[in-house]
Amino acid sequence: MRPFSWRFYRLWQRDRDVFFRLWHSEGAGAIIEPILVLLAFGMGMGAFIGDIGDQRYIEFLAPGIIVAYAMFAASFECTYGSYFRMEHHYTFDAILATPLNVEDITAGEIFWGATRAFMTGCIILAIAAAFQLVPSFWALLIPPVAALSGLMFASIALFFTSIVPSIYTFNFFFTLFITPMFLLSGVFFPLDRFPEIVQKLSWIAPLTPVAHLARGLFQGEFRPEMLLALGIIIVWTVVFFSITLVTMRRRLTK
Amino acid sequence: MAIIRVTNLTKKFKDLVAVDDINLEIEEGECFGLLGPNGAGKTSIIRMITAVSPPSRGDIWVDGRELRKHPREVKAILGVIPQTDNLDEDLTVIQNLTTFARYFAIPREVAYQRSVEILNSMALEGKRDSKIDELSGGMKRRLLIGRGLVNAPKIIILDEPSIGLDPQARHMVWRKLKELKSQGITQLLCTQNMEEAARLCDRVAIIHQGRIIDIDTPQAFVTRYMSNRVWEIDVTSDERDSIMRELERRQLEFEEFAGIIHVFPKDDSLVEGLPGVARAATLEDVFFKLTGRSLVE
Repeated sequence: MRPFSWRFYRLWQRDRDVFFRLWHSEGAGAIIEPILVLLAFGMGMGAFIGDIGDQRYIEFLAPGIIVAYAMFAASFECTYGSYFRMEHHYTFDAILATPLNVEDITAGEIFWGATRAFMTGCIILAIAAAFQLVPSFWALLIPPVAALSGLMFASIALFFTSIVPSIYTFNFFFTLFITPMFLLSGVFFPLDRFPEIVQKLSWIAPLTPVAHLARGLFQGEFRPEMLLALGIIIVWTVVFFSITLVTMRRRLTK
Repeated sequence: MAIIRVTNLTKKFKDLVAVDDINLEIEEGECFGLLGPNGAGKTSIIRMITAVSPPSRGDIWVDGRELRKHPREVKAILGVIPQTDNLDEDLTVIQNLTTFARYFAIPREVAYQRSVEILNSMALEGKRDSKIDELSGGMKRRLLIGRGLVNAPKIIILDEPSIGLDPQARHMVWRKLKELKSQGITQLLCTQNMEEAARLCDRVAIIHQGRIIDIDTPQAFVTRYMSNRVWEIDVTSDERDSIMRELERRQLEFEEFAGIIHVFPKDDSLVEGLPGVARAATLEDVFFKLTGRSLVE
Protein backbone atom coordinates (compact mmCIF):
# COMPACT_ATOMS: atom_id res chain seq x y z
CA MET A 1 0.00 0.00 0.00
CA ARG A 2 1.30 3.46 -0.90
CA PRO A 3 0.19 6.59 0.93
CA PHE A 4 -1.80 9.40 -0.66
CA SER A 5 -0.66 13.01 -0.51
CA TRP A 6 -2.29 16.44 -0.09
CA ARG A 7 -2.71 16.43 -3.87
CA PHE A 8 -5.93 14.43 -3.38
CA TYR A 9 -7.41 17.88 -2.72
CA ARG A 10 -6.96 18.74 -6.43
CA LEU A 11 -9.27 15.89 -7.41
CA TRP A 12 -11.71 16.83 -4.67
CA GLN A 13 -11.81 20.36 -6.11
CA ARG A 14 -12.51 18.96 -9.56
CA ASP A 15 -15.45 16.90 -8.30
CA ARG A 16 -16.75 19.86 -6.30
CA ASP A 17 -16.61 22.19 -9.31
CA VAL A 18 -18.43 19.68 -11.50
CA PHE A 19 -21.08 19.13 -8.83
CA PHE A 20 -21.85 22.82 -8.45
CA ARG A 21 -21.84 23.27 -12.23
CA LEU A 22 -24.37 20.47 -12.72
CA TRP A 23 -26.10 20.98 -9.37
CA HIS A 24 -29.56 21.53 -10.86
CA SER A 25 -29.65 18.20 -12.65
CA GLU A 26 -28.19 16.09 -9.87
CA GLY A 27 -28.48 17.72 -6.47
CA ALA A 28 -32.14 18.70 -6.27
CA GLY A 29 -33.49 15.17 -6.80
CA ALA A 30 -31.22 13.81 -4.12
CA ILE A 31 -32.75 16.16 -1.55
CA ILE A 32 -36.40 15.89 -2.51
CA GLU A 33 -36.61 12.14 -1.98
CA PRO A 34 -35.57 12.05 1.70
CA ILE A 35 -37.94 14.91 2.47
CA LEU A 36 -40.80 12.99 0.86
CA VAL A 37 -39.89 9.82 2.74
CA LEU A 38 -39.66 11.71 6.02
CA LEU A 39 -43.02 13.39 5.56
CA ALA A 40 -44.89 10.42 4.07
CA PHE A 41 -43.66 7.87 6.59
CA GLY A 42 -43.18 10.21 9.49
CA MET A 43 -46.48 12.04 9.32
CA GLY A 44 -48.61 9.68 7.23
CA MET A 45 -47.68 6.36 8.77
CA GLY A 46 -46.62 7.95 12.04
CA ALA A 47 -50.26 8.86 12.68
CA PHE A 48 -51.09 5.14 12.82
CA ILE A 49 -47.95 4.06 14.62
CA GLY A 50 -48.19 6.49 17.47
CA ASP A 51 -45.25 7.12 19.75
CA ILE A 52 -42.04 5.14 20.06
CA GLY A 53 -40.93 5.33 23.67
CA ASP A 54 -41.58 8.93 24.66
CA GLN A 55 -41.16 10.47 21.22
CA ARG A 56 -43.32 10.88 18.14
CA TYR A 57 -42.58 8.46 15.28
CA ILE A 58 -41.38 11.23 12.97
CA GLU A 59 -38.84 12.32 15.58
CA PHE A 60 -37.64 8.73 15.79
CA LEU A 61 -37.44 8.51 12.01
CA ALA A 62 -35.68 11.82 11.26
CA PRO A 63 -32.09 10.97 12.35
CA GLY A 64 -32.34 7.58 10.58
CA ILE A 65 -33.39 9.25 7.34
CA ILE A 66 -30.54 11.75 7.62
CA VAL A 67 -27.83 9.10 7.87
CA ALA A 68 -29.49 6.72 5.41
CA TYR A 69 -29.57 9.38 2.71
CA ALA A 70 -26.02 10.40 3.57
CA MET A 71 -25.17 6.74 2.89
CA PHE A 72 -26.98 6.88 -0.46
CA ALA A 73 -25.18 10.08 -1.46
CA ALA A 74 -21.71 8.67 -0.76
CA SER A 75 -22.55 5.29 -2.28
CA PHE A 76 -23.95 6.64 -5.56
CA GLU A 77 -21.07 9.08 -5.92
CA CYS A 78 -18.40 6.39 -5.52
CA THR A 79 -20.11 3.68 -7.56
CA TYR A 80 -21.82 5.08 -10.65
CA GLY A 81 -20.07 8.45 -10.46
CA SER A 82 -16.55 7.09 -10.02
CA TYR A 83 -17.14 4.28 -12.50
CA PHE A 84 -18.19 6.71 -15.22
CA ARG A 85 -15.16 8.87 -14.61
CA MET A 86 -12.88 5.85 -14.63
CA GLU A 87 -14.21 3.66 -17.44
CA HIS A 88 -16.26 5.87 -19.74
CA HIS A 89 -14.65 9.30 -19.64
CA TYR A 90 -11.08 8.12 -18.89
CA THR A 91 -10.83 11.03 -16.48
CA PHE A 92 -8.48 9.16 -14.15
CA ASP A 93 -6.20 8.13 -17.03
CA ALA A 94 -5.84 11.79 -17.95
CA ILE A 95 -5.13 12.80 -14.36
CA LEU A 96 -2.51 10.07 -13.95
CA ALA A 97 -0.38 11.98 -16.47
CA THR A 98 -0.12 14.81 -13.92
CA PRO A 99 1.73 14.77 -10.56
CA LEU A 100 -1.26 13.07 -8.94
CA ASN A 101 -0.91 9.33 -8.42
CA VAL A 102 -3.54 6.60 -8.08
CA GLU A 103 -3.68 6.99 -4.30
CA ASP A 104 -4.39 10.73 -4.59
CA ILE A 105 -7.23 10.01 -7.02
CA THR A 106 -8.64 7.29 -4.74
CA ALA A 107 -8.53 9.52 -1.67
CA GLY A 108 -9.98 12.46 -3.61
CA GLU A 109 -12.96 10.40 -4.75
CA ILE A 110 -13.60 9.03 -1.26
CA PHE A 111 -13.35 12.44 0.41
CA TRP A 112 -15.68 13.88 -2.21
CA GLY A 113 -18.17 11.06 -1.52
CA ALA A 114 -17.92 11.93 2.20
CA THR A 115 -18.53 15.58 1.33
CA ARG A 116 -21.71 14.67 -0.52
CA ALA A 117 -22.84 12.73 2.57
CA PHE A 118 -22.04 15.74 4.75
CA MET A 119 -24.00 18.15 2.54
CA THR A 120 -26.97 15.77 2.44
CA GLY A 121 -26.85 15.46 6.24
CA CYS A 122 -26.78 19.25 6.70
CA ILE A 123 -29.69 19.90 4.36
CA ILE A 124 -32.02 17.22 5.76
CA LEU A 125 -31.17 18.24 9.32
CA ALA A 126 -31.97 21.88 8.48
CA ILE A 127 -35.31 20.86 7.02
CA ALA A 128 -36.10 18.66 10.02
CA ALA A 129 -35.27 21.63 12.24
CA ALA A 130 -37.59 23.83 10.19
CA PHE A 131 -40.39 21.37 10.93
CA GLN A 132 -39.44 21.62 14.61
CA LEU A 133 -38.49 17.98 14.77
CA VAL A 134 -35.06 18.46 16.40
CA PRO A 135 -35.22 18.19 20.18
CA SER A 136 -31.55 18.75 21.09
CA PHE A 137 -28.63 21.01 20.19
CA TRP A 138 -26.45 17.90 20.17
CA ALA A 139 -28.05 17.21 16.81
CA LEU A 140 -25.51 19.67 15.41
CA LEU A 141 -23.06 16.77 15.68
CA ILE A 142 -25.08 14.75 13.18
CA PRO A 143 -23.51 16.33 10.04
CA PRO A 144 -20.00 15.34 11.24
CA VAL A 145 -21.35 11.83 11.83
CA ALA A 146 -22.82 11.90 8.32
CA ALA A 147 -19.39 12.94 7.00
CA LEU A 148 -17.60 10.17 8.89
CA SER A 149 -20.11 7.55 7.81
CA GLY A 150 -19.83 9.04 4.31
CA LEU A 151 -16.12 8.32 4.45
CA MET A 152 -16.93 4.73 5.39
CA PHE A 153 -19.60 4.20 2.74
CA ALA A 154 -17.55 5.96 0.05
CA SER A 155 -14.61 3.66 0.87
CA ILE A 156 -16.81 0.57 0.64
CA ALA A 157 -18.43 1.81 -2.58
CA LEU A 158 -15.12 2.68 -4.26
CA PHE A 159 -13.69 -0.67 -3.19
CA PHE A 160 -16.58 -2.32 -4.99
CA THR A 161 -16.06 -0.04 -8.00
CA SER A 162 -12.40 -1.02 -8.18
CA ILE A 163 -13.28 -4.71 -8.63
CA VAL A 164 -16.50 -4.69 -10.71
CA PRO A 165 -16.30 -6.08 -14.25
CA SER A 166 -19.09 -3.86 -15.58
CA ILE A 167 -21.49 -1.12 -14.55
CA TYR A 168 -24.38 -3.61 -14.29
CA THR A 169 -22.70 -5.30 -11.33
CA PHE A 170 -23.70 -2.30 -9.21
CA ASN A 171 -27.26 -3.69 -9.18
CA PHE A 172 -25.98 -6.35 -6.78
CA PHE A 173 -24.29 -3.78 -4.59
CA PHE A 174 -27.53 -1.85 -4.16
CA THR A 175 -30.07 -4.67 -3.99
CA LEU A 176 -28.00 -6.98 -1.77
CA PHE A 177 -26.12 -4.49 0.41
CA ILE A 178 -27.45 -0.93 0.44
CA THR A 179 -31.22 -1.52 0.27
CA PRO A 180 -31.31 -4.26 2.97
CA MET A 181 -29.34 -1.93 5.26
CA PHE A 182 -31.73 0.90 4.52
CA LEU A 183 -34.66 -1.28 5.56
CA LEU A 184 -33.17 -3.34 8.40
CA SER A 185 -30.56 -1.26 10.21
CA GLY A 186 -32.86 0.54 12.56
CA VAL A 187 -33.75 3.48 10.31
CA PHE A 188 -37.51 2.86 10.20
CA PHE A 189 -38.10 0.91 13.41
CA PRO A 190 -36.13 0.06 16.55
CA LEU A 191 -34.39 -3.27 16.50
CA ASP A 192 -35.10 -4.11 20.16
CA ARG A 193 -38.18 -6.23 19.35
CA PHE A 194 -36.00 -8.73 17.49
CA PRO A 195 -34.37 -11.71 19.22
CA GLU A 196 -31.09 -10.73 20.82
CA ILE A 197 -29.04 -12.76 18.35
CA VAL A 198 -30.58 -10.86 15.41
CA GLN A 199 -29.93 -7.55 17.17
CA LYS A 200 -26.27 -8.44 17.62
CA LEU A 201 -25.94 -9.65 14.04
CA SER A 202 -27.45 -6.44 12.74
CA TRP A 203 -24.38 -4.58 13.99
CA ILE A 204 -22.41 -6.22 11.20
CA ALA A 205 -24.25 -3.98 8.75
CA PRO A 206 -22.29 -0.69 8.75
CA LEU A 207 -25.43 1.46 8.78
CA THR A 208 -26.58 0.07 12.15
CA PRO A 209 -23.91 1.77 14.30
CA VAL A 210 -24.39 4.97 12.30
CA ALA A 211 -28.13 4.97 12.97
CA HIS A 212 -27.57 4.33 16.70
CA LEU A 213 -25.04 7.12 16.98
CA ALA A 214 -27.18 9.62 15.07
CA ARG A 215 -30.32 8.79 17.04
CA GLY A 216 -28.53 9.28 20.36
CA LEU A 217 -27.14 12.66 19.31
CA PHE A 218 -30.49 13.74 17.89
CA GLN A 219 -32.11 13.29 21.29
CA GLY A 220 -29.08 14.50 23.22
CA GLU A 221 -28.73 11.17 25.00
CA PHE A 222 -25.39 9.55 25.56
CA ARG A 223 -25.14 5.81 25.98
CA PRO A 224 -21.95 3.71 26.14
CA GLU A 225 -22.98 1.80 23.01
CA MET A 226 -22.55 5.06 21.07
CA LEU A 227 -18.81 4.92 21.69
CA LEU A 228 -18.83 1.34 20.45
CA ALA A 229 -20.75 2.50 17.37
CA LEU A 230 -18.18 5.23 16.71
CA GLY A 231 -15.37 2.69 17.07
CA ILE A 232 -16.98 0.28 14.61
CA ILE A 233 -17.45 3.07 12.05
CA ILE A 234 -13.80 4.08 12.36
CA VAL A 235 -12.56 0.50 11.97
CA TRP A 236 -14.68 -0.13 8.85
CA THR A 237 -13.45 3.15 7.40
CA VAL A 238 -9.76 2.45 7.97
CA VAL A 239 -10.05 -1.10 6.66
CA PHE A 240 -11.90 -0.26 3.45
CA PHE A 241 -9.99 2.95 2.77
CA SER A 242 -6.71 1.01 2.95
CA ILE A 243 -7.86 -1.92 0.82
CA THR A 244 -9.23 0.46 -1.79
CA LEU A 245 -5.88 2.24 -2.11
CA VAL A 246 -4.43 -1.13 -3.15
CA THR A 247 -7.26 -2.35 -5.40
CA MET A 248 -7.53 0.98 -7.25
CA ARG A 249 -3.80 0.88 -8.01
CA ARG A 250 -4.25 -2.61 -9.40
CA ARG A 251 -7.14 -1.49 -11.54
CA LEU A 252 -5.59 1.69 -12.92
CA THR A 253 -1.96 0.72 -13.54
CA LYS A 254 -1.31 -2.31 -15.65
CA MET B 1 23.25 14.33 -22.01
CA ALA B 2 20.12 12.47 -23.03
CA ILE B 3 16.92 13.90 -21.54
CA ILE B 4 15.24 10.48 -21.67
CA ARG B 5 17.34 7.38 -21.12
CA VAL B 6 15.83 3.93 -21.11
CA THR B 7 17.85 0.81 -20.34
CA ASN B 8 16.84 -2.84 -20.67
CA LEU B 9 13.19 -1.84 -20.56
CA THR B 10 10.88 -4.85 -20.57
CA LYS B 11 7.14 -5.19 -20.13
CA LYS B 12 5.54 -8.58 -19.74
CA PHE B 13 1.86 -9.30 -19.53
CA LYS B 14 0.65 -12.79 -18.63
CA ASP B 15 1.86 -14.71 -21.67
CA LEU B 16 3.00 -11.80 -23.83
CA VAL B 17 6.22 -9.84 -23.95
CA ALA B 18 5.00 -6.43 -25.12
CA VAL B 19 8.35 -4.67 -24.78
CA ASP B 20 11.50 -6.74 -24.98
CA ASP B 21 14.70 -5.32 -23.53
CA ILE B 22 14.72 -1.89 -25.15
CA ASN B 23 17.50 0.70 -24.87
CA LEU B 24 16.91 4.28 -25.96
CA GLU B 25 18.50 7.69 -25.59
CA ILE B 26 16.55 10.76 -26.59
CA GLU B 27 18.43 14.05 -26.79
CA GLU B 28 17.12 17.31 -25.46
CA GLY B 29 15.31 19.33 -28.12
CA GLU B 30 14.88 16.57 -30.66
CA CYS B 31 11.72 15.05 -32.01
CA PHE B 32 12.06 11.31 -31.64
CA GLY B 33 9.63 8.96 -33.35
CA LEU B 34 8.56 5.47 -32.38
CA LEU B 35 7.36 3.85 -35.56
CA GLY B 36 5.76 0.43 -35.59
CA PRO B 37 2.70 -1.58 -36.55
CA ASN B 38 -0.18 -2.28 -34.16
CA GLY B 39 0.91 -4.28 -31.16
CA ALA B 40 4.58 -3.47 -31.67
CA GLY B 41 4.83 -2.14 -28.12
CA LYS B 42 4.84 1.62 -28.79
CA THR B 43 2.01 2.44 -26.43
CA SER B 44 3.44 0.18 -23.72
CA ILE B 45 6.75 2.07 -23.94
CA ILE B 46 4.93 5.38 -23.63
CA ARG B 47 2.85 4.18 -20.70
CA MET B 48 6.00 3.16 -18.86
CA ILE B 49 7.80 6.43 -19.58
CA THR B 50 4.78 8.38 -18.30
CA ALA B 51 4.71 6.33 -15.07
CA VAL B 52 1.26 4.88 -15.73
CA SER B 53 2.51 1.34 -16.13
CA PRO B 54 5.31 -0.15 -14.02
CA PRO B 55 8.08 -1.82 -16.07
CA SER B 56 8.66 -5.54 -15.55
CA ARG B 57 12.38 -4.83 -15.79
CA GLY B 58 14.74 -2.00 -16.67
CA ASP B 59 15.26 1.64 -15.76
CA ILE B 60 13.92 4.93 -17.05
CA TRP B 61 15.68 8.23 -16.43
CA VAL B 62 14.02 11.49 -17.38
CA ASP B 63 15.82 14.82 -17.09
CA GLY B 64 18.35 13.36 -14.66
CA ARG B 65 15.80 11.70 -12.38
CA GLU B 66 15.00 8.06 -12.01
CA LEU B 67 11.33 7.65 -12.81
CA ARG B 68 10.72 4.84 -10.34
CA LYS B 69 11.87 7.03 -7.44
CA HIS B 70 10.52 10.39 -8.56
CA PRO B 71 7.34 9.83 -10.56
CA ARG B 72 5.70 13.09 -9.47
CA GLU B 73 8.72 15.26 -10.31
CA VAL B 74 9.06 13.59 -13.70
CA LYS B 75 5.36 13.87 -14.51
CA ALA B 76 5.49 17.57 -13.60
CA ILE B 77 7.75 18.26 -16.63
CA LEU B 78 5.93 15.99 -19.08
CA GLY B 79 3.08 16.94 -21.35
CA VAL B 80 1.18 13.80 -22.33
CA ILE B 81 -1.11 13.87 -25.35
CA PRO B 82 -2.94 10.56 -25.55
CA GLN B 83 -4.43 8.86 -28.54
CA THR B 84 -7.81 8.33 -26.90
CA ASP B 85 -9.70 11.51 -26.18
CA ASN B 86 -9.84 11.76 -22.39
CA LEU B 87 -10.94 15.36 -22.06
CA ASP B 88 -13.07 16.01 -18.99
CA GLU B 89 -16.59 16.01 -20.42
CA ASP B 90 -18.07 17.40 -17.22
CA LEU B 91 -16.12 20.65 -17.71
CA THR B 92 -16.08 23.38 -20.35
CA VAL B 93 -13.20 23.94 -22.75
CA ILE B 94 -11.39 26.51 -20.62
CA GLN B 95 -12.15 24.62 -17.40
CA ASN B 96 -10.45 21.59 -18.91
CA LEU B 97 -7.26 23.65 -19.07
CA THR B 98 -7.54 25.47 -15.73
CA THR B 99 -8.54 22.31 -13.86
CA PHE B 100 -5.65 20.44 -15.42
CA ALA B 101 -3.29 23.25 -14.43
CA ARG B 102 -4.51 22.84 -10.86
CA TYR B 103 -3.36 19.21 -10.84
CA PHE B 104 0.11 20.65 -11.47
CA ALA B 105 -0.36 23.12 -8.59
CA ILE B 106 -0.03 26.08 -10.94
CA PRO B 107 -1.32 29.26 -9.25
CA ARG B 108 -4.78 30.33 -10.39
CA GLU B 109 -3.90 33.58 -12.16
CA VAL B 110 -1.01 31.98 -14.05
CA ALA B 111 -3.20 29.02 -14.96
CA TYR B 112 -5.97 31.23 -16.30
CA GLN B 113 -3.63 33.44 -18.30
CA ARG B 114 -1.82 30.46 -19.77
CA SER B 115 -5.11 28.73 -20.60
CA VAL B 116 -6.31 31.78 -22.54
CA GLU B 117 -3.01 31.91 -24.43
CA ILE B 118 -3.25 28.23 -25.27
CA LEU B 119 -6.82 28.61 -26.55
CA ASN B 120 -5.66 31.48 -28.78
CA SER B 121 -2.69 29.57 -30.14
CA MET B 122 -4.86 26.53 -30.85
CA ALA B 123 -7.52 28.66 -32.58
CA LEU B 124 -10.08 27.65 -29.95
CA GLU B 125 -10.75 31.08 -28.41
CA GLY B 126 -14.28 31.05 -29.85
CA LYS B 127 -15.02 27.78 -28.05
CA ARG B 128 -13.86 28.96 -24.62
CA ASP B 129 -17.09 28.16 -22.78
CA SER B 130 -18.34 25.34 -24.99
CA LYS B 131 -19.01 21.84 -23.77
CA ILE B 132 -16.60 19.14 -24.93
CA ASP B 133 -19.24 17.25 -26.92
CA GLU B 134 -19.86 20.38 -29.00
CA LEU B 135 -16.31 20.22 -30.42
CA SER B 136 -15.32 18.57 -33.71
CA GLY B 137 -12.68 15.84 -33.77
CA GLY B 138 -10.01 18.29 -34.89
CA MET B 139 -10.89 20.76 -32.13
CA LYS B 140 -10.77 18.04 -29.50
CA ARG B 141 -7.33 17.00 -30.68
CA ARG B 142 -6.13 20.59 -30.56
CA LEU B 143 -7.52 20.95 -27.06
CA LEU B 144 -5.80 17.71 -26.02
CA ILE B 145 -2.51 19.10 -27.31
CA GLY B 146 -3.17 22.40 -25.59
CA ARG B 147 -3.95 20.60 -22.34
CA GLY B 148 -0.60 18.83 -22.63
CA LEU B 149 1.09 22.24 -22.71
CA VAL B 150 -0.60 23.73 -19.68
CA ASN B 151 2.30 22.88 -17.35
CA ALA B 152 4.88 24.35 -19.79
CA PRO B 153 6.49 20.92 -20.19
CA LYS B 154 10.11 20.25 -21.15
CA ILE B 155 9.08 17.10 -22.94
CA ILE B 156 5.86 16.30 -24.72
CA ILE B 157 4.83 12.74 -25.40
CA LEU B 158 2.35 12.20 -28.19
CA ASP B 159 0.53 9.00 -29.12
CA GLU B 160 -0.72 9.13 -32.71
CA PRO B 161 -1.38 12.90 -32.65
CA SER B 162 -2.98 13.11 -36.10
CA ILE B 163 -4.89 9.84 -36.27
CA GLY B 164 -8.44 10.22 -37.54
CA LEU B 165 -8.06 13.87 -38.52
CA ASP B 166 -8.93 15.37 -41.88
CA PRO B 167 -5.98 16.74 -43.93
CA GLN B 168 -6.54 20.36 -42.86
CA ALA B 169 -6.62 19.50 -39.19
CA ARG B 170 -3.65 17.18 -39.58
CA HIS B 171 -1.52 19.91 -41.15
CA MET B 172 -2.47 22.32 -38.42
CA VAL B 173 -1.38 19.80 -35.78
CA TRP B 174 1.91 19.24 -37.61
CA ARG B 175 2.58 22.96 -37.87
CA LYS B 176 1.93 23.33 -34.17
CA LEU B 177 4.31 20.50 -33.30
CA LYS B 178 7.05 22.02 -35.46
CA GLU B 179 6.52 25.34 -33.72
CA LEU B 180 6.90 23.66 -30.32
CA LYS B 181 10.08 21.98 -31.46
CA SER B 182 11.49 25.33 -32.51
CA GLN B 183 10.85 26.47 -28.94
CA GLY B 184 13.18 23.72 -27.77
CA ILE B 185 10.58 21.29 -26.41
CA THR B 186 11.67 17.68 -26.73
CA GLN B 187 9.10 15.46 -28.41
CA LEU B 188 8.55 11.74 -28.21
CA LEU B 189 6.12 10.84 -30.94
CA CYS B 190 4.50 7.49 -31.42
CA THR B 191 3.01 6.99 -34.85
CA GLN B 192 2.03 4.65 -37.66
CA ASN B 193 1.89 7.46 -40.15
CA MET B 194 5.07 7.46 -42.24
CA GLU B 195 4.51 10.91 -43.62
CA GLU B 196 4.15 12.24 -40.11
CA ALA B 197 7.34 10.54 -38.98
CA ALA B 198 9.28 11.75 -42.03
CA ARG B 199 8.06 15.34 -41.66
CA LEU B 200 8.41 15.78 -37.93
CA CYS B 201 11.03 13.44 -36.54
CA ASP B 202 14.76 14.07 -36.30
CA ARG B 203 15.28 10.42 -35.52
CA VAL B 204 13.04 7.40 -35.74
CA ALA B 205 13.15 4.03 -34.04
CA ILE B 206 11.43 1.28 -35.99
CA ILE B 207 9.82 -1.10 -33.53
CA HIS B 208 8.57 -4.57 -34.25
CA GLN B 209 7.34 -7.23 -31.83
CA GLY B 210 8.55 -5.31 -28.79
CA ARG B 211 12.08 -4.74 -30.05
CA ILE B 212 13.85 -1.82 -31.66
CA ILE B 213 14.96 -2.98 -35.09
CA ASP B 214 16.93 0.12 -36.02
CA ILE B 215 17.31 3.81 -35.17
CA ASP B 216 18.24 6.54 -37.64
CA THR B 217 17.09 9.77 -39.27
CA PRO B 218 14.23 9.35 -41.74
CA GLN B 219 16.48 10.36 -44.68
CA ALA B 220 19.28 8.02 -43.64
CA PHE B 221 16.81 5.16 -43.33
CA VAL B 222 15.77 5.66 -46.94
CA THR B 223 19.30 5.99 -48.30
CA ARG B 224 20.60 3.08 -46.25
CA TYR B 225 17.88 0.60 -47.06
CA MET B 226 16.74 1.89 -50.45
CA SER B 227 19.61 2.37 -52.87
CA ASN B 228 17.38 3.51 -55.70
CA ARG B 229 13.87 4.39 -56.74
CA VAL B 230 11.09 1.83 -56.45
CA TRP B 231 9.45 0.41 -59.56
CA GLU B 232 5.74 -0.30 -59.13
CA ILE B 233 3.93 -2.70 -61.42
CA ASP B 234 0.15 -2.85 -61.19
CA VAL B 235 -0.41 -6.34 -62.60
CA THR B 236 -3.48 -7.99 -64.06
CA SER B 237 -3.87 -11.69 -63.38
CA ASP B 238 -3.07 -12.92 -66.90
CA GLU B 239 0.24 -11.08 -67.19
CA ARG B 240 1.27 -11.67 -63.57
CA ASP B 241 3.07 -14.98 -64.04
CA SER B 242 5.12 -13.85 -67.02
CA ILE B 243 6.20 -10.69 -65.17
CA MET B 244 7.18 -12.66 -62.09
CA ARG B 245 9.26 -15.01 -64.24
CA GLU B 246 10.95 -12.07 -65.91
CA LEU B 247 11.75 -10.48 -62.51
CA GLU B 248 13.26 -13.74 -61.30
CA ARG B 249 15.26 -14.14 -64.50
CA ARG B 250 16.71 -10.65 -63.98
CA GLN B 251 17.43 -11.56 -60.31
CA LEU B 252 15.62 -8.47 -59.01
CA GLU B 253 14.52 -7.97 -55.44
CA PHE B 254 10.72 -7.59 -55.35
CA GLU B 255 7.62 -7.98 -53.21
CA GLU B 256 4.00 -8.44 -54.10
CA PHE B 257 1.48 -6.68 -51.92
CA ALA B 258 -2.23 -6.04 -52.48
CA GLY B 259 -2.01 -6.75 -56.21
CA ILE B 260 0.97 -4.49 -56.81
CA ILE B 261 4.51 -5.70 -57.37
CA HIS B 262 7.14 -3.45 -55.79
CA VAL B 263 10.54 -3.94 -57.43
CA PHE B 264 13.69 -2.67 -55.75
CA PRO B 265 16.26 -2.43 -58.57
CA LYS B 266 19.83 -1.35 -57.79
CA ASP B 267 19.73 0.70 -60.98
CA ASP B 268 16.90 1.96 -63.23
CA SER B 269 18.43 0.19 -66.25
CA LEU B 270 17.65 -3.16 -64.67
CA VAL B 271 13.90 -2.66 -65.07
CA GLU B 272 14.07 -1.42 -68.66
CA GLY B 273 11.31 -2.79 -70.82
CA LEU B 274 9.09 -3.77 -67.90
CA PRO B 275 5.63 -2.21 -67.48
CA GLY B 276 5.04 0.04 -64.46
CA VAL B 277 6.22 3.36 -63.08
CA ALA B 278 9.14 4.56 -61.00
CA ARG B 279 8.61 6.45 -57.75
CA ALA B 280 10.90 7.76 -55.04
CA ALA B 281 11.57 5.39 -52.14
CA THR B 282 10.01 6.47 -48.86
CA LEU B 283 10.21 5.66 -45.20
CA GLU B 284 7.19 3.46 -45.76
CA ASP B 285 9.21 1.15 -48.02
CA VAL B 286 11.84 0.86 -45.30
CA PHE B 287 9.13 0.19 -42.75
CA PHE B 288 7.64 -2.62 -44.80
CA LYS B 289 11.06 -4.03 -45.51
CA LEU B 290 11.87 -4.19 -41.81
CA THR B 291 8.52 -5.18 -40.33
CA GLY B 292 6.98 -7.21 -43.16
CA ARG B 293 3.80 -6.58 -45.04
CA SER B 294 1.58 -9.12 -43.36
CA LEU B 295 -1.32 -7.72 -41.38
CA VAL B 296 -0.84 -7.46 -37.65
CA GLU B 297 -4.07 -7.69 -35.70
